Amino acid sequence: MSPQIEKKAPSAEHSKPISTFLFHREKFRLIALLALPMTWLVGVYIVSLFLLLVTAFWVVNPFTSRVTPGFTLDNFVSVLTVPAYLSTSLRTLGMALAVTAISVLLAVPLGIYMAKLASPMMRNLLAVAITLPLWAGYLVKILAMRLVFTENGFINWALGPLGVQSPGFTIWTTIFTLTYLWFPYMALPVFTAIRQISNNLFDASADLGGKSFTTIFRVVLPLIVPAIIAGSVFTFSLSLGDYLAARFTGGATQMIGSIIAANINLNPPVAAAFSMVPIAFVVMYLMVARRTGSLERM
Amino acid sequence: MTGKKVGAAAAIAVSALILSSCAASDELTLDVPDVPMVQELGAFEGELNIVNWAGFVEPAWTDQFTADTGCTVNSRAAGTSDEMVQLMRTGQYDIISASGDAALRLIVGGDVQPLNVDLVPNFGDDIAEGMKGQIYDTVNGTPYGVPIGRGANLLQYNEDVTGSTPESWDVVWELDSPYAGQITAYDAPIYIADAAVYLMYHNPELGIENPYALDETQLAAAVELLKQQNTIIGEYWGDAVAQITSFVGGNTVVGTSWEVLRKFADTPSIKTTLPKEGSTGWFDAWLLSTTSPNVNCAYAWMDYTSLPLVNGAIAMNFGMAPANIAFCATSPEAQAHCDEYAAEDEEFFDRIWAWTTPLEQCIDGRTDVKCTSFQDWTNAWLTVKG
Repeated sequence: MSPQIEKKAPSAEHSKPISTFLFHREKFRLIALLALPMTWLVGVYIVSLFLLLVTAFWVVNPFTSRVTPGFTLDNFVSVLTVPAYLSTSLRTLGMALAVTAISVLLAVPLGIYMAKLASPMMRNLLAVAITLPLWAGYLVKILAMRLVFTENGFINWALGPLGVQSPGFTIWTTIFTLTYLWFPYMALPVFTAIRQISNNLFDASADLGGKSFTTIFRVVLPLIVPAIIAGSVFTFSLSLGDYLAARFTGGATQMIGSIIAANINLNPPVAAAFSMVPIAFVVMYLMVARRTGSLERM
Repeated sequence: MTGKKVGAAAAIAVSALILSSCAASDELTLDVPDVPMVQELGAFEGELNIVNWAGFVEPAWTDQFTADTGCTVNSRAAGTSDEMVQLMRTGQYDIISASGDAALRLIVGGDVQPLNVDLVPNFGDDIAEGMKGQIYDTVNGTPYGVPIGRGANLLQYNEDVTGSTPESWDVVWELDSPYAGQITAYDAPIYIADAAVYLMYHNPELGIENPYALDETQLAAAVELLKQQNTIIGEYWGDAVAQITSFVGGNTVVGTSWEVLRKFADTPSIKTTLPKEGSTGWFDAWLLSTTSPNVNCAYAWMDYTSLPLVNGAIAMNFGMAPANIAFCATSPEAQAHCDEYAAEDEEFFDRIWAWTTPLEQCIDGRTDVKCTSFQDWTNAWLTVKG
């Protein structure tokens, strides 16, 4: 027994050979840290996106509708020149902005109430209520909305006697559904940001004669802009890419995603070219957000 | 997901056959790649991979087939013809249950091989007359498909709202339709043919002879009609369940449907009719991949599923008219099914234009103009919905 213990003692000094090795080699440390995430980001994420985008330059044989590698800009030209494609892009952009705006409109008052007015019990209840829908499947939620708005559905059943008529499946129903889907991604960061605002600021605003709305617009809002931007990146980009909400609750509403989904089998190059549109919108959006300086404070 | 699809697309593209296009002189000769036909059968390979419509391949009849031949059946159900074509071109499947709009694309693309019907003894006299030698699966006199069954795209309506049976498709096309906003239409490029069928009847000056052979002017007229319909449409349906809930839920009053969907709606007031203009329909057939490594199992499968009882079981399970009408006489239940789906009623199916892939070469025999291809239809369809 005792010789073994003695043997162990010197080895304990070098018991962390990997750490020792890395300590002296800064580059190796960096590689070890980033190897896994970079493999994922570049190997899986970027390469697959790149492969998709390459298809946008390929051609479809009109005879057999087979895709053949080649080089044509026709697919991009059609995205920009076919009126139906243009109107779909603009409609989708408008819808994504509307979803974002409605989410902000709902999230700010809710956040102020939760963070500053509600009792701890109420705050927890609301937090659960906001996050609970995230546990349900995405498609389940869309189909639930479909059932709510259908002619014999919940709205007409519950509100019909009051004279409220379900709008049926329209673009507004789709915006409503998308807002329902992505609202938690806006509500949570906004709530967290408002919680971090010191109560002193509210008192100071009141002392200086600020009424409630003045306080909200001149104290709270400027402080939570980064949170709103963070939330809007989700509500905006997720709405841009969605098509199932439009398919099940939009009636005849066509979104960018609808065109991509329809083309993925019929004309993959056009689908690939079209997938550039939401990417372009999001890049523009992020550039605008960056100019406001919000990204640095995120 | 997307990456996978692109990878597959790349693989297809690389393996694409290079087609030699020799000028056609005979009016109904299509340019198809020269693919050899199987001359005789050998030992079973032990495996068979099928792309099919949901409900075509079920243990109820595949178990017996596997017991008889030792061929294990792997089935992949697809939702649309376009998805089927894409899957078939991956080269991983031996057999496809193709509707006519997929079939012709695969034939001219060289993806499927001509069939030696001598090796399919059950492919015989009992096949419904209207399913033999049709343009979508028999090209230049050579059969490429073994018929499975067929169904019509009917006008479905909610009698509680309409009060009577609509006699014309005008209730889904015209702006003054009393059901504007409560109309549904099939969400696929092939639906352009339905507009063409309506125009054939009401605008004879367009000179449409076949709804799948549209020149540019005719296609533009059909698209114009579809755009008009877009303003009164309530919903497009691609998903059968969504269509059923839309009718049952009251959002939709009139629109395109299949007999089987009416059955699933299971509501007495929801009925179907074949309006005076006629309609389109889907005629399905087994097609055999050019590169199939399991040819013997495939031929055995095509023969087995052409047996009256097996073919009938598929037809009853899916809800369509069986191709082998010998099935109808096998039992009162079978007869009832055949009557419900008009299986033996050639007069009914004479008014149905079977889905066919539109090609540049006009399949109505015109040689003085170039017709619009399926690719043109695809592009046109996406502009309809704006």
